Amino acid sequence: MRVMAQVAMVMNLDKCIGCHTCSVTCKQTWTNRTGTEYVWFNNVETRPGQGYPRGHEDQEKWKGGWQLKGGRLVPRSGGRARRLARLFANPDLPTLDDYYQPWTYDYENLTTAPLGDDIPTAPPRSLIDGRPTEITWGPNWDDDLGGGPDQLAADPLLARMSEQVRLDYERAFMFYLPRICEHCLNPSCVAVCPSGALYKRVEDGIVLVDQDRCRGWRMCVSGCPYKKVYFNHATGKAEKCTFCYPRIEAGDPTVCSETCVGRLRYLGVMLYDPDKVGAAASVTDEKDLYEAQLGCFLDPDDPEVARAAEASGIPHDWVEAARRSPVGALISRYRVALPLHPEYRTMPMVWYIPPLSPVVDALTGSGHDGEDPAALFGAIDTLRIPLGYLAELFTAGDPGPVEAALCRLAAMRSHMRRVNLGEEQDPRIAEAVGLDERGILELYRLLALAKYDERYVIPTAYTGSVPDPGGSGAGCSLDGVGGPGMMPEGGDFDPDSFHAPPTADSSGTATSLRGRVNLLNWNGKGRPDGLFPRTVRTEPEL
Amino acid sequence: MVRSRAKAAADAADRLLKAGQLLRKSPTTLDLRAVYRTDQKVNDSPYRERWAHDKVVRSTHGVNCTGSCSWKVYVKDGLITWETQQTDYPSVGPDRPEYEPRGCPRGASFSWYTYSPTRVRHPLARGVLVEMYRDAKRRHGGDPVAAWAELTGDPDKRRRYQRARGHGGFVRVDWDEALEIAAAAQVHTIAEYGPDRVAGFSPIPAMSMASHAVGARYHSLIGAPMISFYDWYADLPIASPQVFGDQTDVPESGDWWDAAYLMLWGSNVPVTRTPDAHWMAEARYRGQKVVVVSPDYADATKFADEWLHPHPGTDGALAMAMGHVLLTEFFVRRQVPYFTDYVKRFTDLPFLVALDEHAQGRYTPGKFVTAADLGLGRHADAGARAWMPVLIDADTDDVVVPNGTLGDRWGKDGQGRWNLDLGGADPLLTLHRHTDGRGDNGVEVVLPRFDEPGATVVRGVPAREVGGRLVTTVYDLLLAQYAVARPGLAGHWPGGYDDADDPCTPAWQERITSVPADAAVRAAREFARTAEQTRGRCMIVMGAGTNHWFHSDTIYRSFLSLLILTGCQGVNGGGWAHYVGQEKVRPYTGWQQLSTAADWVRPSRQMAGTPYWYLHTGQWRYESHAADALAAPTAPGTLAGLHTADLVAQSARLGWMPSYPTFDANPLDLGRRARESGQEPGDWIAEQLGSGAVDFACEDPDAPRNWPRVLTVWRANLIGSSAKGNEYFLRHLLGARDGATAEEAPPGHRPRSVAWRDDAPEGKLDLLLSLDFRMTSTTLFSDLVLPAATWYEKHDLSSTDMHPFVHAFSPAINPPWQARTDFEIFHSLARRFGELAAGRLDTAHDLVATALQHDTPGETAQPGGRVTDWRDGRTPIEPGRNAPNVTLVERDYTALADRLAAFGPLAEEHGMTVKGVTVNPHEEARWLAARCGTAPAGPAHGRPLLDTDVKFCEAILALSGTTNGRLAAEGFDRLADRVGPGAGLAELAASVRERRVVFSDTQERPVQVGASFEWSGKEAPDRRYSPFTVNTEHKKPWHTLTGRQHFYVDHDWMAELGEQLPVYRPPLNLAELGDAPTSAGDGRAVTVRYLTPHAKWSIHSEYQENLLMQTLARGGPVIWMSPADAGAIGAADNDWVEAVNAHGVVVARAIVSHRVPDGTVLMYHVQERLVNVPKSEANGRRGGVHNSLTKLLVKPTHLIGGYGQLSFAPNYYGPTGNQRDAVTTIRRRSQEVTY
Repeated sequence: MRVMAQVAMVMNLDKCIGCHTCSVTCKQTWTNRTGTEYVWFNNVETRPGQGYPRGHEDQEKWKGGWQLKGGRLVPRSGGRARRLARLFANPDLPTLDDYYQPWTYDYENLTTAPLGDDIPTAPPRSLIDGRPTEITWGPNWDDDLGGGPDQLAADPLLARMSEQVRLDYERAFMFYLPRICEHCLNPSCVAVCPSGALYKRVEDGIVLVDQDRCRGWRMCVSGCPYKKVYFNHATGKAEKCTFCYPRIEAGDPTVCSETCVGRLRYLGVMLYDPDKVGAAASVTDEKDLYEAQLGCFLDPDDPEVARAAEASGIPHDWVEAARRSPVGALISRYRVALPLHPEYRTMPMVWYIPPLSPVVDALTGSGHDGEDPAALFGAIDTLRIPLGYLAELFTAGDPGPVEAALCRLAAMRSHMRRVNLGEEQDPRIAEAVGLDERGILELYRLLALAKYDERYVIPTAYTGSVPDPGGSGAGCSLDGVGGPGMMPEGGDFDPDSFHAPPTADSSGTATSLRGRVNLLNWNGKGRPDGLFPRTVRTEPEL
Repeated sequence: MVRSRAKAAADAADRLLKAGQLLRKSPTTLDLRAVYRTDQKVNDSPYRERWAHDKVVRSTHGVNCTGSCSWKVYVKDGLITWETQQTDYPSVGPDRPEYEPRGCPRGASFSWYTYSPTRVRHPLARGVLVEMYRDAKRRHGGDPVAAWAELTGDPDKRRRYQRARGHGGFVRVDWDEALEIAAAAQVHTIAEYGPDRVAGFSPIPAMSMASHAVGARYHSLIGAPMISFYDWYADLPIASPQVFGDQTDVPESGDWWDAAYLMLWGSNVPVTRTPDAHWMAEARYRGQKVVVVSPDYADATKFADEWLHPHPGTDGALAMAMGHVLLTEFFVRRQVPYFTDYVKRFTDLPFLVALDEHAQGRYTPGKFVTAADLGLGRHADAGARAWMPVLIDADTDDVVVPNGTLGDRWGKDGQGRWNLDLGGADPLLTLHRHTDGRGDNGVEVVLPRFDEPGATVVRGVPAREVGGRLVTTVYDLLLAQYAVARPGLAGHWPGGYDDADDPCTPAWQERITSVPADAAVRAAREFARTAEQTRGRCMIVMGAGTNHWFHSDTIYRSFLSLLILTGCQGVNGGGWAHYVGQEKVRPYTGWQQLSTAADWVRPSRQMAGTPYWYLHTGQWRYESHAADALAAPTAPGTLAGLHTADLVAQSARLGWMPSYPTFDANPLDLGRRARESGQEPGDWIAEQLGSGAVDFACEDPDAPRNWPRVLTVWRANLIGSSAKGNEYFLRHLLGARDGATAEEAPPGHRPRSVAWRDDAPEGKLDLLLSLDFRMTSTTLFSDLVLPAATWYEKHDLSSTDMHPFVHAFSPAINPPWQARTDFEIFHSLARRFGELAAGRLDTAHDLVATALQHDTPGETAQPGGRVTDWRDGRTPIEPGRNAPNVTLVERDYTALADRLAAFGPLAEEHGMTVKGVTVNPHEEARWLAARCGTAPAGPAHGRPLLDTDVKFCEAILALSGTTNGRLAAEGFDRLADRVGPGAGLAELAASVRERRVVFSDTQERPVQVGASFEWSGKEAPDRRYSPFTVNTEHKKPWHTLTGRQHFYVDHDWMAELGEQLPVYRPPLNLAELGDAPTSAGDGRAVTVRYLTPHAKWSIHSEYQENLLMQTLARGGPVIWMSPADAGAIGAADNDWVEAVNAHGVVVARAIVSHRVPDGTVLMYHVQERLVNVPKSEANGRRGGVHNSLTKLLVKPTHLIGGYGQLSFAPNYYGPTGNQRDAVTTIRRRSQEVTY
């Protein structure tokens, strides 16, 4: 048995408040640069809604992910030959309009407008070419059901549902879906890259683009069914969510997780058998993909697995972390988390707990007492959020697993309400959802108390060697050729430049959002554009 | 065929893969799906380099929100890069979630401002002003004050630069010149018109206490009023002082966890309390039930077990109906011991109220019966007895004077008696079926109803005669008001829950709100049942959606009734949770001393914002309805024929509300003359007023001598954000162009006591000065803009009501360009001011008038709440009793800078008084002298230095009980003196005595504050803050007339408005008040209710222009509409629309959404003109701000003063600047727009 480890994420949609803090901290940290103005590694969609880029779930149109052909997995975008033939004209690529045309404003007008006869304003300008623009679409256009029934009806999931969903005031429903790269076990973006630039890290499963190797073919952009690989139009290379690997390696949560105000993100290690992934992704019935993926995961408490893991080079503390993994608990032990669009067959590794909330509302509407557990489970299928919609998201249309997860959440609430009110406890509540009281309490601890050290169980990065090259014993821990903290190797060291500022690196001096300083690529030399007002527009002096 | 070809190709691929495996030698998965490569180096350094940073600094955001979130600010190469939240809040316990991480997308985007093109980088002034100023200065031999005098004395010149306000034309000036102009304007104004013609506006001290306090201190030292904000913003829930006698005191969000039943009523927690929303989400997993009451499918609704969606503004009807059910089922049909015991001990329900004869042998509710009425309470002096309401002891049937009424609070005789100990008495709740009198069928009492114009109801109320008058209990009146029938009572009662004709039944509310009657009954039952089961762990989170209405106090009182009847107040996990505005400066005493400069001069001038702007922006001139348009059909009629401006003036005359400018003369001249007279200043001014030699400025607000002249705004965006009646601000205050078209009140509809000048002044202000780091509507209209440091560039302190911590701002970088901290700006302004004051102002005596103050003996000035105006000529003027307090204050204007920078001696000499408790900071003054050093020479010689922002923060913490246990303990000890032994206050004092927080602690990590006399709740590391727990657990009275929570308020004006008891009042009928928008009549416009709820993408105006937020939003101002309303005007999503009414014009894009109900549009709060606002079709000018469609309406009862809990304190009690009743027409406009 070969064992691999992946740092995976679970998001509890039942707690997501749709605040977009994750999107903003991510964007500020990673994609606040020229070439990535339109890029949101993390975005939050209101569902129902079209999402970003719009209609991204419509694989008939975008041809992302895998499909089964003749019992074999092939990228939906076609075989290698077909893909190569279309390298230079890929019709499956979203246009900037499908994402959105990024914009800014002529802010300086507020300060520098000459004396006129009206109040100055800052009209919108294209962030691409600086010209006046109209704002007609954005990365979060349908936030909070904005756009109304006409626009929201274009949600690909609504089209796929068998039941009719009414988008009206009385029956309004919504929830939020934060999305990042899925860091899949079977990533189609990696498979379709003609340059071999995309790779999945062996040690933690993070999927990355090698910026040196990327040639900008953009096959990954169309190949990813989640549309989470982006094209940097300034560097001509693909970029994507990095799972904040510089932080993960240090044992810190991703930025989106750490800053999640709803406290709904969980990070932890999953052990899996890589040799099972191919078969699991190839099961015939899409509805079996969820169970198939569960079958790839390995139980870290199984001594066999632990031995195999260590034999596969996974350190003890990673196995230990897998045992304490909140992600493992939510996915495998309590089965409340579900994969996003398993039917893409990429074996995604960012899973979701479906939103439970409006169950009692539906119940009372149908004349039940919402706090009676029997009624509760019976009425899960009359949710304000249609079960069928969630099933289209998480289980390829199979309502069973979604219903089971929601019942477990409902049972937890019901049990804890009795504890809270000092009422007699009823073990049948837990039994009805296949748990015992202890399980309910553990789930409660994880979902309700959600202490920082239990939301994020992240072992630090491991290397195979001890960084003490010379054996002198006097070196610091950063010593080691090519290791972290070492200066670049190379013979062009110039003693005369010892105290001089570093020279400009022409490749990296892209400016940030138009009119804004790019602080991060500023080499400290000279005056970056935007740090000071442009001389032509500065405030006049008398 | 196709299939076999595919198969062949796949087989070929397989073979290829296998061959590749041989060649590569790299391991693969068994199915050859993946290959493990160790032979290639990858370049992942770009992201590592991007992530690398040099330091992380703790700071926060000083914005008007309740978040008070601690943030990590990342710095790279000396530049601020981004921010993420701190997660190191002290734990609140092992069995509950923690506060980490606190933050929201707005805060996360703050660093954008640091180097953004909207940053104010240099001092800016309007070119036309600077040119004329320099010119005048040259001609006056370089004298700045003379130059300012000339400039503002010449009507043409003045008009020229005023007309240019808001129209661009800024030039860069240097700091010296900017400070010189500002100081010259202030010196000239004080000399010419008086210090109360200068004013400062800076809201929400908790969001950055030192930055607020330094400027407020500056203004207090020169005698300029600070204008209140909490009431002006309509965030102050006026019901709180009415019911609790307290400003606002609410649970921290961690206490939501303790609630078993949570209603979110008009509060969209995920959007407006983003960092706290998780408590609600998580508490559901503890079995908490969540009910959302909101007219739209708001973000919070996603979490609701039940969504009730009453029509906007009708929430009070739903709450009254819930009260009807609750009283019927939990008080009358069945009694719950916990509830009954609670209301007897902690509410005014058992107190006796006189019944006044009305017409036809019927009665109306009158005044509380007091010890003075009955000759009881002989332990106290005669004056105090009028403040002692009485009740009946059920055991003895005697009328008794319970401890703890207001009569015990201030007098010597009340020492040790001001407590809630009933001494064995069992308060009688009802006279029904009780011995003696008319308890069986009662007398007929007439009560108003407002859902039908002019209508009343007649209910039988049990009564008996006491001391020669007919009395009943508040409880009996309450049941009548809620239409809860009892056997045998006379009058008319509803036939049952399904009787839709009578107020307060579930069916009646359905007719008004559209909420199904069954749902209202169910909610009431669940609420009460849960409260019974958990002893009060039901909570209502209430917010702006229900608080920003004209009649929000009645809405709130109907909510509070539900909570108080069920014993939820003063209980962890229970009670009201009003979160609108960040009112809670946890280190309160220190901030208050320093911000009012009470260590140097007392008293300071504190102005109520709403009447100030109402008068000075001329909005009263457009009001043509009489004040009694709002009166009840049962009203005695004392408001008849008066205009609201008359009431504002009367309120000032009687000392109820402050009024600045106060008199029609320079208070420095008045002070000099009073002093020269040798009389007491109060006596002197009484004579002057009596003879008519001196008048109140508010009686002629448009006279040039009575205008405010210089206004400084910092940490605020008055013009863009809070200016209700925005266009009138522009027209009358600033003299700029505006978009209002409303007609002035015609003759016959104008005030009687307030002079009407036919030429309305346009441009009262000589100087609008603002300090900001970004361009706002306020800076656009300012004459002078000073570049301020951001929150990442200074030291300061932050706290909130939402969490129990204080924590620091710290500079991540120095202020870039020419920016300076607010602290430094006011200090440099003070130095320049002092130089220019020498020889002009020097030392002067200022006659300061102040209102009768809450939590002082002044609140017992006007017994019975009976209104007698000395203007009638029959009553002598008595300052401090029926007129404002008058004090002579000596001001050394040349010592301004020295005093600003040192801790003065008065705090030690007279103590520091907060909420009626006085503590003395002798020890703290010594500590500060050692910590901060002392002034080496000059006017502040020897006093502890406060000359840096760090020392200033240190002083705030040292001088406050929450952060200095020694002071907290002293305060509890003093409280114990008044409350008496046995309340456990000494033990409480002992438990906090050792706590101490210094500034460096707050820089290290957020620090939990301790319990203190400054607040009504107890708190500790293992105790979540919940208000009034000191009252319920230590028998401490509430700060009200009865010392209990009030259902009944008996002031004359409350009777006029028919609001003595909780009552449903619908949203204003603006058509009836002459303020309905006129429809274009072409069928392409709809008239809709115009709501301005708090936004997802901004905190008021802050972040609203931030590119990250606009990118996640729609890129400019938007109005949300229902599909039907959009359809009616032919608008599609994202079409440009215009909203027009008599007060202005708004141009925005439409967002069509089915989450919005028909007939209502939402324009989220504070969408300014700053970004993407084209010219309007309606008038060809720039579209307005959200407040361009609003106009101020002052509710008369908010002007009451000098009467118990209805007494003024700044931001504590005063008229609200509400705006939610607005209506507008809206139409699709041409889609071609120009900017």
